[in-house]
Amino acid sequence: MQIEYLEVGQELEARTLPLLKREQLKEYAEAAGDFNPIHLSDDDAKDIGLPGVIAHGMLTMATTGLLFSPYLDRGFIKCFETRFAGRVFPEDAITIGAKLVDRETIEQGNVYHFEVFANNQDDNLVATGKVAFCVHKSRKAPHQKPGTG
Amino acid sequence: MWEPFVGQRSIPQINRVEPEAVRKYAEAIGDPNPVYLDEEAASNSPHGKLIAPPTFPVTFGYGKIEGLKLPGKGLIHGSETFDYERPLFVGEEVSCYTIFKDFNERKGKNGTLSFLVFERVGEDIGGNRIFTTNETFIVTERVRESMEEGSDADRVFRGWPRA
Repeated sequence: MQIEYLEVGQELEARTLPLLKREQLKEYAEAAGDFNPIHLSDDDAKDIGLPGVIAHGMLTMATTGLLFSPYLDRGFIKCFETRFAGRVFPEDAITIGAKLVDRETIEQGNVYHFEVFANNQDDNLVATGKVAFCVHKSRKAPHQKPGTG
Repeated sequence: MWEPFVGQRSIPQINRVEPEAVRKYAEAIGDPNPVYLDEEAASNSPHGKLIAPPTFPVTFGYGKIEGLKLPGKGLIHGSETFDYERPLFVGEEVSCYTIFKDFNERKGKNGTLSFLVFERVGEDIGGNRIFTTNETFIVTERVRESMEEGSDADRVFRGWPRA
């Protein structure tokens, strides 16, 4: 379903991601420059009472944003809000979803407001939040009436 | 430990959105979108050029707040928000700083929790704002005590807390 055709209350198709691997935590640590040992070493994670390494919160947030990646050829994420609700561990299968709750027209284009979530395989919420996705006004039709896109 | 720093702001630091860093980051989050990586695809998009993933500003330096310390491990990330005025473009230079916005404590069932709120700002070289972030970090009583005893490997705050 294309964002532009969604009605308020409708959802983007939920997506279950491949199992999270330890290698991805290492790769993310390097890419983000975040080498906090609780994401890389079980011993360090256990030191602070965790059962083992957990995923970076920011990796979980970035993962939630994947649902909007297919629309980046026509717009951008204007606002992205996440509350971290639960821990994510290696071998977790995360499902991401989004529901359209509002839309508005601003100077840059049409903004679609979503509530987003990420669950693990046990249906426990690991993150919840909001995304405002702005679809640019068409450059070919600059005089398009607001609210019709 | 933290109250006196509320309201303090770092000296801005210039960061460049390096294409290679964007590629590495996009791959690490499982999002190799052509608008991040492929110049031709990006130039045909309404952005007109390559953009960076929305959470990419975590890779930037924001300057440090002198004297402010955070736990080396055990910092819990509570929430995070990014607000964009426009997309972040690959290759551009961004002037970044952080403000320690707020500090408060709440009694929980396992002791007192400390809540630290930061705001981060990225501006273009002309001083126009590109993005603003807001994030809350939580420190448990146990972790705070170990910091006060100096037994934790405390880190000097250098911008983006590593949680």
